[in-house]
Amino acid sequence: MEFEAVIGLEVHSQLLTDSKIFCSCSTAYGAPPNSQTCPVCLGMPGTLPVLNRRAVEFALKMGVATHCQIASFSTFARKNYFYPDLPKGYQISQYELPLCRAGWLDIDLPDGKRKRVRIRRIHLEEDAGKSIHDQALAGEQTLLDFNRCGVPLIEIVSEPDLSTPAEAHAYLVALKQILVYLEICSGNMEEGSLRCDANVSVRPLGTAVSGTKTELKNLNSFRNVERALAFEIERQIALLKQGKPVEAETLLWDADAQQARPMRSKEEAPDYRYFPEPDLVPLEVDPAWVERVKRTIPELPEEKKNRFRQQYKLNDYAAQLLTVRREIADYFEALAKRCPDYQLAANWMLREVLRVVNERKISLQEFPLSPQRLAELLQLILDRVVSQTAAVTIFEEMLHSRKSAGQLVDDLGLRQISDEQQLAAVVEEVLARNQKLAEQYRGGKTKVLGYLIGQVMKATGGKADPVLVNRLLREKLKTT
Amino acid sequence: MIVSKKDIEHLVQLVRIELSERDKNDLLTDLNRILAYFEKLQEVDTREVPPLSHPLQMVNGLREDEVRDSLPVESALRNAPAKKGSYFSVPKVIK
Repeated sequence: MEFEAVIGLEVHSQLLTDSKIFCSCSTAYGAPPNSQTCPVCLGMPGTLPVLNRRAVEFALKMGVATHCQIASFSTFARKNYFYPDLPKGYQISQYELPLCRAGWLDIDLPDGKRKRVRIRRIHLEEDAGKSIHDQALAGEQTLLDFNRCGVPLIEIVSEPDLSTPAEAHAYLVALKQILVYLEICSGNMEEGSLRCDANVSVRPLGTAVSGTKTELKNLNSFRNVERALAFEIERQIALLKQGKPVEAETLLWDADAQQARPMRSKEEAPDYRYFPEPDLVPLEVDPAWVERVKRTIPELPEEKKNRFRQQYKLNDYAAQLLTVRREIADYFEALAKRCPDYQLAANWMLREVLRVVNERKISLQEFPLSPQRLAELLQLILDRVVSQTAAVTIFEEMLHSRKSAGQLVDDLGLRQISDEQQLAAVVEEVLARNQKLAEQYRGGKTKVLGYLIGQVMKATGGKADPVLVNRLLREKLKTT
Repeated sequence: MIVSKKDIEHLVQLVRIELSERDKNDLLTDLNRILAYFEKLQEVDTREVPPLSHPLQMVNGLREDEVRDSLPVESALRNAPAKKGSYFSVPKVIK
């Protein structure tokens, strides 16, 4: 029997506000332990939370960007559980009336198809503190740093519309791309600013039954999400094939051992005793507010990709890579504005600019060449002043030089020889030395032309204009 | 009886407090009395009344996203029963 998986993802994303969600402590990452806390986020009795307006706006942005219905009236709730990283003994979250509901997101699948993934809800909540269990630092204790406690989060819950680990991966990539485009989350999974839990079950292919689902936690990288899901799907299918039931349980992914271990069973499932948060008044969002938020939404990856395909006549692959991040797309557009050959501009972005950026692990803001300076170089190629090969040499030089492309052409002696008379002389010389080959060419063995072009290039130190050399050689071989 | 002794024990476990047998029995009586009163309230037809989410008739009450000074670390840790360096210290929670 064939099986298929049913996967839903819960993504927690830290919002890039300056201050925490319910108090004015800083949210800066990497500060000394417990240096960003106050009576509110430490859960001292008698304190009151006050909601951060920008956190609401960021959540609204994500809601609008993923086509959600925005609730005109939403409320906060207490999720009660006992754990040392949560000093109040409860997390302020949203339960019955979340801020955003019933949205969707289109994802591109590896096979080129597209799929619409429904989003059940997006709600606001606060992050917990950080526990340190590391033996070297904590010894036989657990240490707590509450700097993260109260950092605003949105939880984005998908419907169980994903069927494979690859689809889950594509969904996460798309979600992260939007969060980063909106500049509301850094999207950094390693720093924990984006975290993912998965609900997964399997069922006989093509049926509508719902199998018992398990929850996977601790999926702290895109690759781990895919691996953990593949592992868990295989495990569940194996159980069913042996006629054994799948237990409803929560599993913790162990990336080192590449396996999921049981964390708690359904019997031990926590009882959160949600109830309305009496310390916060309800949140009302009027249509005017939603309108204002809509106006701040930039062009999103999907639209940008489509526009790049049409406006610059790029293929899917190039359009995809050039819109992965806003800064890449912006750099490309600044370049394309000054370079009439869009394909050339795209090739140079993908082959040279992004290569250097990736090698040096820098952002495009730190990339030493402005689009203007690079455009000057590309213009030299278009004007046939330099060859592509010579241009790469000049490009490398420009990365650590303030000189312009034009200056470097001469400094490095890379000006292309496009003088017809001068090249004609070289061509004749080469033909004189290779009379046998010339005969072969005339006899119909035209592929020797490549060798002859190579000889001319060699004789000119690689500076001859290859297009011109090609034409001159053909002409000479025909007439003599 | 609306809540049983077992429910009380479950709650005691959830909130991590310790109660004597006598306290548990007192709580059982009290809670059942309170809940009986709520049962009485259930008789009122509230189908047309929207649930109250907050006793105050106000909404939003937002603050601007501005960072203010946090507590000095020493103050933050002052009430901690145990600390290590700048961290709060608690009994180990995982093996």
